[in-house]
Amino acid sequence: MFDYLDIALDAAKHYGATYADARLIDQSSELIETKNLTVSVFNRGNSLGIGIRVIAGGGWGFAATQKLTKKAIIECAKTAVEVAKASGTLMQKPLQLAPEPIYNATWVSPHKVDPFSISVETKCALLIDCAKTMLAVKGVTLAQGMLHFIRDDKYFASSEGTRVRQIAIRSGCLIAASASSEQERQRRSYPCSFGQYELAGYEMVQNWDLPGHAQQIAEEAVALLTAANCPQGEIDTIIGSSQLGLQIHESMGHPSELDRALGQEINFAGASFLTPDLRGNLKYGSDIVNLVADATAPGALGSFGFDDEGVAAQCTYLVKDGMFEGYLSSRDTALSIGLPRSGGAMRAESWRFVPIIRMTNISLLAGNAGTLQELIEDTGSGIYMETNKSWSIDSMRFNFQFSTEIAWEFKKGKRTKMLKNPSYSGITPVFWNTCDAICSESDYTYWGTPNCGKGQPMQVMWTGHGASPARFRKLTVGISGSGAKA
Amino acid sequence: MLSESQAKKIVDFVLELCAKHSSKKHPAQAEVSITGSNVATSRFANNEVTQNQAPDITTVALRVLQDQRQVRLETLDLSDKGLTKLVDSAFEAVKLLDRDEQILPLPSKSKKDKDDKLPVRYDKATASETAADRAQKIGEIISLAKASNLSAAGVYCTGANFEAIGNSNGLFNYYRESSCECSLTISKDGITSWAKAHAPKALDIKVKDMTERVIAKTIKAQNPESLPPGKYMAILERAAVLDLLCQLWWDFSATSHIDKLSCLLDKVGQKVFGDNVTIYDDVCHPLQCGSPFDGEGQARMSLPLVQRGVLTGLVHSRQSAAKMQAKSTGHALPQPTGYGEMPANIIVEGGTSTIQDMLSLVQGKDVAVLLTRVWYVREVDPATKLITGMTRDGTFLVQNGAIVRPIKNLRFNISLLDLLNNVIAMGPSLRTAGEEGQPAVVPMMLVRDFNFTEGTRF
Repeated sequence: MFDYLDIALDAAKHYGATYADARLIDQSSELIETKNLTVSVFNRGNSLGIGIRVIAGGGWGFAATQKLTKKAIIECAKTAVEVAKASGTLMQKPLQLAPEPIYNATWVSPHKVDPFSISVETKCALLIDCAKTMLAVKGVTLAQGMLHFIRDDKYFASSEGTRVRQIAIRSGCLIAASASSEQERQRRSYPCSFGQYELAGYEMVQNWDLPGHAQQIAEEAVALLTAANCPQGEIDTIIGSSQLGLQIHESMGHPSELDRALGQEINFAGASFLTPDLRGNLKYGSDIVNLVADATAPGALGSFGFDDEGVAAQCTYLVKDGMFEGYLSSRDTALSIGLPRSGGAMRAESWRFVPIIRMTNISLLAGNAGTLQELIEDTGSGIYMETNKSWSIDSMRFNFQFSTEIAWEFKKGKRTKMLKNPSYSGITPVFWNTCDAICSESDYTYWGTPNCGKGQPMQVMWTGHGASPARFRKLTVGISGSGAKA
Repeated sequence: MLSESQAKKIVDFVLELCAKHSSKKHPAQAEVSITGSNVATSRFANNEVTQNQAPDITTVALRVLQDQRQVRLETLDLSDKGLTKLVDSAFEAVKLLDRDEQILPLPSKSKKDKDDKLPVRYDKATASETAADRAQKIGEIISLAKASNLSAAGVYCTGANFEAIGNSNGLFNYYRESSCECSLTISKDGITSWAKAHAPKALDIKVKDMTERVIAKTIKAQNPESLPPGKYMAILERAAVLDLLCQLWWDFSATSHIDKLSCLLDKVGQKVFGDNVTIYDDVCHPLQCGSPFDGEGQARMSLPLVQRGVLTGLVHSRQSAAKMQAKSTGHALPQPTGYGEMPANIIVEGGTSTIQDMLSLVQGKDVAVLLTRVWYVREVDPATKLITGMTRDGTFLVQNGAIVRPIKNLRFNISLLDLLNNVIAMGPSLRTAGEEGQPAVVPMMLVRDFNFTEGTRF
């Protein structure tokens, strides 16, 4: 496969590129979805192609083709150079890249069981069995299941001499039960609302034990129809780890993308309140808040060996002891603010897209508050919210509002009643400064977000978020008004 | 980009291979869908080009039905070898599933009577614009921004898309469309304004006019002040209307009713919105875009969804129609899918009010907020269609018939069921592009009781 990349790099240089890299990706995927007792979707896909990125005339150019012939690859490289030269006419100064060592390596993601080796019958039976359990609960109106597996075999080469091959296997699983009445539509999902995804094999599906949770989520979905509404007010709140994962994603992951901070995404995804002058100067969170961008976490969805411009995976602090410290960056953006090296965050959805700065695994380091139950006991009275239902944040990443599928009121350290339609809102740095307890490693999970959208045209990316439940004092709860009709 | 004859050749080749897997004992049906795009995207920010990409992609999808089982496989390998592998893999995979008695046989050739009314939406000049052409347009935008000491960011895209679908019952349809999209953000000291346009023909997008309008609005938007949260009248520019209402489109799909998820459940025939709300779906509308056939190659029918506030119809696929004893309206998503169908060509009927008319309706103690666009709109409660989101890129206070000052952005929580019962006035319906949903034909609206719940810092 590297032969194809060599053709691309040679052609790019021939047509005038001063820098070039090429990615060839051979991707296989399998998606199984069930709806009640039928397999509603069984899709398999194959995608093989090459993306060529160049600097010519001081600007970026990118072209991609699925035709893997010498002629087509040369034509594609020529197009990339023409596009770059057109970009160069509108550059204020020529592009420059932060230095990166040259690599010659192969990287394989950790996995025990190849999901493509498991029979389709076994996979379908797993989801149908879960559906039977969910539908056996009176009041369930819809039972859904999903298994999703992707295998990427990616080759990267650059004109600087780096040549790396990476094989990654990603697996995802989900079950969900819905219950509807005239006044309510309630849903409970497991392990989390978009499905849990990991950089792992079929073993992750077995580890999450979908059949063992089907009855519980079905019963909760039905119980939510008649549960009390979430109250409104400023309430001490414990946020469950999967919801906190998405909170981290939206209120730390995106604002720490350096392209956003530099205004490069302002037309679509927005900008960021974390401007470069605030590095080392902004108290982003309380002293116990430590957030890292860790592309090396084994099994976490946002891990890899090398990013899509050949930079080795790293673990860096974004927030240390509450202070805003660093960015997710690329080779060109890092250099533009004087960083010595890229943070290694450039990734593309597939060979057909140009790499952009993406989250790796943006994680809140575990604290020392023990287990979730111990934190509830320590808090005394409050609300515990679990599993994301909706999410929204402004274009600078200050004001957010989240709602979750379910919540529980707790008093004197014990759960007292289930609450429906919970929501909370806040301003990012205010919110993180009210965090005064984070559960320990025992309750830590790397959640996978499979649907992070960014860029024009939109690219969807896999990101990971490690978190354990955490407590936020006097959080604004229930302002959405979704509980008002109780 | 494949021509119609090139696409037909691939469809016929794949169907011929599929026929070899069909027998009297195990009859098989096959459907081949081909989609392709060469839309190139030039992005700019801080008055320079930041990304510039020109991919050219064609995907072949094969759906096979055999013994009441079905699978869908996709490939990008268009070689004879690649397509043969696709067919062999599909017939291997289809055996692995359990029988599903609800699977319908593939449809026959669809009627093409609607095609005569379909406007031509392919413009060769737009389809063949080069990187240099796009750079010239972006250069115009940047020059205008620089002349006002402002910063420009945005995207300019041109190219073409095509869709082809054929099946073993003799159905074959092909459609191609050129595409031009321009969106731009002008900023000064962190305060922004924005506009977006999409059309099949590049000449229909007046880049200079758009840029000048956004520059003027950015200047007006400087030094915003806070407005306390509360319920206000709101003037929603068309992009805001689109990005709010698109959250409702799937609630018109029959499958959302079968699954008991729609907020309009059991309300067909009932008054759900104000008398002044009429919504329909029509692929042939002169301001609409998109192919005239659905995910199974069936002709998209034009149909009313809401007439003078009454929910009159739902969009159907053949599958949902069979379950609800209705007729398919030709709105199926590519099958198989759990989502069923989707209205794809929405028109919300407008009125005759101008912005000045709407401003003049805000008098006395009334206060209104003018929204350029909304952002990150998400459903909070599916039963009441409560949604939340933020204002963005130009939000203004209106009092005594005039825009009085820019205000900082606000979060809203509103029920779309309430919103469409609170429409006071509407402008003419025009083709509109937003960021939450596909372009549609919608009017500017003046509404009452728009519920702003929180503010932000900019």
